[in-house]
Amino acid sequence: MTTGTTGPTGPTSTAPAAADVDKSPRPPGSRGRPDRTPRAPRGRGGGGRTRRPLLGRRVNPFAGAGSLIWLVVVLVPVYTMLSASLMKQDQALTGNPLAPPSNPTLDNYNTVLNSGFPRLIGNTALVAVAVVALVLAFSVPIAYVAVRTRDRWSGLAFRVFLLGVAIPAQAVVVPLYLIIGELGLYDTLLAVILPTAAFAMPVAVIVLTGTMRDISEELYEAMALDGASPMRMMLQLTVPLSRAGISTVAIFAALQAWNGFIFPLILTQSEGPRVLTLGLFTFMGQFGINIPALLAAVVLSGVPIFAVYLVARRALINGLMGAGGK
Amino acid sequence: MGRPHPAWVLPGVLFFAAFALAPMVLAVYLSFCDWDGLSAPRFTGLDNWTTLLGDPQMHRAAGLTALLVLASWAFQTPAALLLGVWAAGRQRNRAVLSAVFFIPLLLSSTAIALLFHSVLDPNFGAVKQFGEWFGLGDQNVLGNSTSAFLAVVFVGGWQFIPFHTLIYQGGARQIPEVLYQAAEVDGAGRVRQFFSITLPQLRDTVTTSTVLMVVGTLTYFETVLILTKGGPGTDTTILPYLMYHTGFQKFDLGYASAIATFLVLTATGLALLLVRFTGFGAMRSTREGM
Repeated sequence: MTTGTTGPTGPTSTAPAAADVDKSPRPPGSRGRPDRTPRAPRGRGGGGRTRRPLLGRRVNPFAGAGSLIWLVVVLVPVYTMLSASLMKQDQALTGNPLAPPSNPTLDNYNTVLNSGFPRLIGNTALVAVAVVALVLAFSVPIAYVAVRTRDRWSGLAFRVFLLGVAIPAQAVVVPLYLIIGELGLYDTLLAVILPTAAFAMPVAVIVLTGTMRDISEELYEAMALDGASPMRMMLQLTVPLSRAGISTVAIFAALQAWNGFIFPLILTQSEGPRVLTLGLFTFMGQFGINIPALLAAVVLSGVPIFAVYLVARRALINGLMGAGGK
Repeated sequence: MGRPHPAWVLPGVLFFAAFALAPMVLAVYLSFCDWDGLSAPRFTGLDNWTTLLGDPQMHRAAGLTALLVLASWAFQTPAALLLGVWAAGRQRNRAVLSAVFFIPLLLSSTAIALLFHSVLDPNFGAVKQFGEWFGLGDQNVLGNSTSAFLAVVFVGGWQFIPFHTLIYQGGARQIPEVLYQAAEVDGAGRVRQFFSITLPQLRDTVTTSTVLMVVGTLTYFETVLILTKGGPGTDTTILPYLMYHTGFQKFDLGYASAIATFLVLTATGLALLLVRFTGFGAMRSTREGM
């Protein structure tokens, strides 16, 4: 959910400030952030832009200590996961769980990769791509109409999506089980794709509408003078200028697809259409006490998102800020 | 002049209606039915609802859910607020630490629940070592009702605090620096500044984050399914898990729909209450005006 206060939706003014979450350290001299101004750029004069922060220089021991505690809380489980995934099973079961692996081995990763993991990744990637495509194809026109018309019905449609944010996936799995069954889609990838896309739409519409509102009316007027059709305006003006919002929405929808659990759990059954999260869950039963292999699977499940994080860090952070709870 | 026809929204609206709105309406209808998932649903009127009102298991699950929401809020909000405000500052190590804090966001709920299931395993996990260090012996955290409940609270926090930290960090960055400069001139200390400037300025952010937290906690599912399976006994059987168990393990899908409907009504009601009492409505209008 996006809000004025967190503001990751604006393409130009607010987005960079929000995206700036963990910029690499800048040179000591340039600590003030020129993009910090929350308001519209002020006029010239006054020299208000070069506000050197007086704060933040002083050490804050309490906050520092608190953040260090949280660092330990985050890192201990991550460390045990990585280290145990490299252990042989006997060390994992008898040794000190916090000790490093005595004979690091990649066997566990091999076990997982040979247990149908590639298919899980493939299925999940397919679901993610399809969900993103559906969400964008449906949400972009809705947001465009919501911004460009004052029509009562499109306003109503927009409100429906605002309300839709509040529907939890759990609430609809029973009827979806019925609907998907009636459609003959039970135990197919489409059974996962369709509801996942529908549930990503409310946030997508809200984020896209927020972004598209900032596009100036004059640009539309200029294109209208050239005789452009509404479709051409959307494709050649609105979409390119909403890139920030569109990538936020795409990442958000992809993450929903990647992490979704309850739809696959209830709407699929066999191995064919199994996705990653459900695969992890079945590994849990299948590997039993082979905890190192299980943890290797957990590590592998995070690798694709980690790769996205490295490549598109800012867009991902924006996407998460715009995502809302789950 | 050059405006799109409102009918452009139809494909998207119909799609959303088919896979989100219609199921929601159907869930309400099914809550008045008896349905085993195989034969056709049979309308039974208020049966499920009267059962629901008198069902001790339901009462217990509702109580546990309420407790989970409160405990999660009390754990996540202060932590996320402090971390977010801290991360909005300009410490040199901030960037590195923020990147580490981000790690839980890269794992799915399923992966996180599995990870903690092994960390908390009394025969294997890190908790065994901590138990030895602190002289507590082998701790079967997930086998004891209080500690299993706290484990769910903790794992949820581990997963979602980073996300709420991002929200607070964004909020804290929007506070005009001038306020702090003025406070500095007036000789206000750090703590005073936090309570007199930061906290009031973040009021709307607290509301946003709280609404997301409450609605999010009401739908914890993977965490409970994987970590505790609702146990020991039914001591962590919260409403979403009870719904799943009733519907897809006991195949009483009508009653499961009643539980689901109850859950939505509660979530919506709570969200509206929070909005009412904290001025979230005003904030939404700034968003709409953006």
